Amino acid sequence: MLKILKYSFYDLMRSRWSYVYFAFYLLLGIVLLFLNNDLSKAVITLMNIIIVLVPLIGTIFGVMYYYNSKEFTELLLAQPLNRSSIFLGQYLGVAFSLSMSLILGLGLPFIFYGLFKSNAIWDFSLLIITGTFLTFIFTALAFNIALSNENKIKGFGYAILLWLLLAIIYDGIFLMSLILFEDYPLDKLSLIGTMLNPIDLSRTLILLKLDISALLGYTGAVFKQFFGTNFGLIVSFIMLTLWVIFPVFRIVYKSKRKDF
Amino acid sequence: MKNIKVFFTLFLWLLCLQMVCAQRIEVCKDCGITSLKEAILKAKDYDTILVKKGIYKEYNIQIDKPLTIIGENYPVIDGELKGEIITIVSDYVTVDGLFIINVGTSYTEDYAAIRVKRSKHFEIKNLVLEKLFFGIYLEKAEDGKVHNNKVIGQAIQEHNSGNAIQLWYSKKISIQNNIVQHVRDGIYLEFSDDCIIKNNVSTNNLRYGLHFMFSNNDIYENNEFSKNGAGVAVMFSKKIKMYNNVFKENWGTASYGVLLKEINDAEIIGNTFEENTIGINIEGSNRIVYKNNDFINNGWAIKVRGACYTNQFVGNNFLYNSFDISYNSNINDNVFDRNYWSNYTGYDLDKNGIGDVPYRPVKLFSYIVNRTPETIILLRSLFIDIIDFSEKVSPVFTPDNLMDNNPLIKKIP
Repeated sequence: MLKILKYSFYDLMRSRWSYVYFAFYLLLGIVLLFLNNDLSKAVITLMNIIIVLVPLIGTIFGVMYYYNSKEFTELLLAQPLNRSSIFLGQYLGVAFSLSMSLILGLGLPFIFYGLFKSNAIWDFSLLIITGTFLTFIFTALAFNIALSNENKIKGFGYAILLWLLLAIIYDGIFLMSLILFEDYPLDKLSLIGTMLNPIDLSRTLILLKLDISALLGYTGAVFKQFFGTNFGLIVSFIMLTLWVIFPVFRIVYKSKRKDF
Repeated sequence: MKNIKVFFTLFLWLLCLQMVCAQRIEVCKDCGITSLKEAILKAKDYDTILVKKGIYKEYNIQIDKPLTIIGENYPVIDGELKGEIITIVSDYVTVDGLFIINVGTSYTEDYAAIRVKRSKHFEIKNLVLEKLFFGIYLEKAEDGKVHNNKVIGQAIQEHNSGNAIQLWYSKKISIQNNIVQHVRDGIYLEFSDDCIIKNNVSTNNLRYGLHFMFSNNDIYENNEFSKNGAGVAVMFSKKIKMYNNVFKENWGTASYGVLLKEINDAEIIGNTFEENTIGINIEGSNRIVYKNNDFINNGWAIKVRGACYTNQFVGNNFLYNSFDISYNSNINDNVFDRNYWSNYTGYDLDKNGIGDVPYRPVKLFSYIVNRTPETIILLRSLFIDIIDFSEKVSPVFTPDNLMDNNPLIKKIP
């Protein structure tokens, strides 16, 4: 598995897309910091971008990589290799290279700006951690989609639909249902609703740092316990980890049963 | 030589003071007089009582003649939780440099560490009060000074704790440089007019850092209020002036930087509101001028609840608040002009420092959160940004004339 991981990783490192992705984040970081001159504003903008863009790129890139390297995968399958190690290796290769582009691309400008001396370091590291989590989650979801669909066009379609669903439509439905059931106690429902969507989950995680004063404005014991203590942070991280583990399990499961 | 000269004159002057003007009475464990009560009993008008270092277990000390009481190296007056400690009922009393502890707690009477009753021209300064029920209680007092005191309570519940500095029907009082912590209300004014409250620090109080009701023409300057249970409440008062105060980290469901209720003709200028759940909560307040304030990282910078007319918001900085302004009605009669909004996305083509597109500070989402508070969890979601944008393009739910026509491009320094 490690060998395949290494191979996928180096393959991606040489590819143009990784550089484009890296350059994009680098440029973004530089523009935000050096033209804006305001760290807290930069962190807020970055959060918006990370929450929307990282899942999109993760899904598209994952699907693309799977379909592109399909022939190579079939070649590997002919060898006496464990199936799960082939697919996991590829998955990890993609996820690692994407996360590296993200971390380096955003990290470098911030380090040059003097991150270690500023007190925004915690906000920033939280951003990077959630960004990495999102990359791992959405690449895994993308591999799931690609494994289940032989048809490339269909696979891409589903991938974009998945992103659209989780990034925008889910929140719309969520909001409508909260307004619809406003006569009932909703604090538990709203927290559970957040847990079920990794994008919402990472958004909440960042909100805990940035908008804690607004979040505490709501009357509700469950909210208060969730946001007022470290409980929320811990639960969010556990849920994010689960969001990585389940799709990865499905990759293993699906790849073992798939007929090539 | 010079030193001797100075010493000599001082000595002569003291001698004069001793013989002609007033007497000096010393209180200490080994002196003739061992208690403050005894000293007051023996003293004549305008005498000075010097209390030496030591522990004096006394309560119900009544000062009924114009005296100056000075503590040397902070002598401790221990009330042993039996009741009120010092009561001033005479004019021209000065109390300076005492350490007063263990005020009795009662559910029927407001025991205070030091109470001023119907007196004028008093001075209470450099006191340290600990383990108290009420701290300094001014009752129908006038023309007094409360300076440089430090009040540290240990309030846990609202119903059995008192306030640090309380004014009731008092006039022309100056409250300066005090530090109050861990009590119910830091500074509480009721029916008290023409007071000056300056350079005080009020933190970690159970309820309000500053609380005032029915008090007119008061000035608040350079005070700091932070981490109080409910922030600062200003109610039913006229012509209040609040300048350069700092309101910080008042977090909670009913927590405000400042809560304004039924306030008219006030001036709120140059204050800083930082990291409060609600910066200013306005209800039924008219003709207030908000100028040059900084609203930084608040949940809601300003929450307008209703019945607020002809208020002016001019030249304020709104920086990174989750919501700049929340409004619960469709009608707007307040003026927003020349503020800096960090969320403003317009442009300035003619380079005059004023954005060419008006800014709408009320978002649709704040309207939704007002209706269904749980939706706060969707803050900063992409979907919310989209509906906010569509509301911005064509306002339906938010007042369409509520906008800043001249939003500034650069932050006001």
